[in-house]
Amino acid sequence: MKAHLTRRYMFSASHRLHNDAMSEAENKATYGKCNNPYGHGHNYALEITVSGPVDESSGMVCNLTDLDAFVEREILERFHLQNLNTVPELDQTVPTTENLSASIYDILQRGFTPAHLEKVRIQETMMNSFEYAGTNEIRK
Amino acid sequence: MIYLTRKAEFAASHYYHNPEFTPEENQRIFGKCNNPNGHGHNYTLEVTVKGEVDPRSGFVVDLKQLKEVLNREVLDAMDHRFLNKEVPEFFTRIPTTENLAISIWQRLAPKLKTAQLHRVRVYETSDLFVDFYGEA
Ligand SMILES: [Zn+2]
Repeated sequence: MKAHLTRRYMFSASHRLHNDAMSEAENKATYGKCNNPYGHGHNYALEITVSGPVDESSGMVCNLTDLDAFVEREILERFHLQNLNTVPELDQTVPTTENLSASIYDILQRGFTPAHLEKVRIQETMMNSFEYAGTNEIRK
Repeated sequence: MIYLTRKAEFAASHYYHNPEFTPEENQRIFGKCNNPNGHGHNYTLEVTVKGEVDPRSGFVVDLKQLKEVLNREVLDAMDHRFLNKEVPEFFTRIPTTENLAISIWQRLAPKLKTAQLHRVRVYETSDLFVDFYGEA
């Protein structure tokens, strides 16, 4: 039987929303406070959902130890306590949480094999969250 | 179609062990969760049902009934229990969060009358939950 497993991780990072292709006025108008030159930070809550048949011998979709180890090595190592504008995955884009979600989704999609990746959800603050599932529909 | 979610909480203990594995395999795969004395969680359960609104009552489902079914079929059986030793399906199945969601679905689905079960979500902790949609 197929189940969906969601695991939450926390990380903290700073960013500045700024696009060199825009004028100073346009950057200000588009990004507001998020355009302040020295950046600011968030405690991000990342939720990763994977799915697959529940293995009869272990009772699991995938071993949490494997997921935790992958996320620690490939995601938290890369983004936790960093300035997102300087991280290679994001330094050519505006490090919005939209782009961060897509970037984390791609890392998982490429490298995590024990279960099927369903979606990534990032809560940037208590007031907003973002979900990304590549080209797939998001299941509720 | 309207979706309605009812929440419940229960506390239970469990451990993970497959008698077909060697002690080393059990330890490697299940780690600390393999301790036969068990350990416990405060589980949060979210049951989502779906259906059309009944024009007379204005309800998708009578919440009183849903609550009764939930109490009888799930909470009476699992709250303050050692899942491996007191809940029959877990005499043979490992009481992982995945299997808990499946078991709760199987207990509820045949008992719901007006509404259709859409999703069972079980939180083992606030950082880990499983969704089951009744898929084979
Ligand atoms: Zn446990």
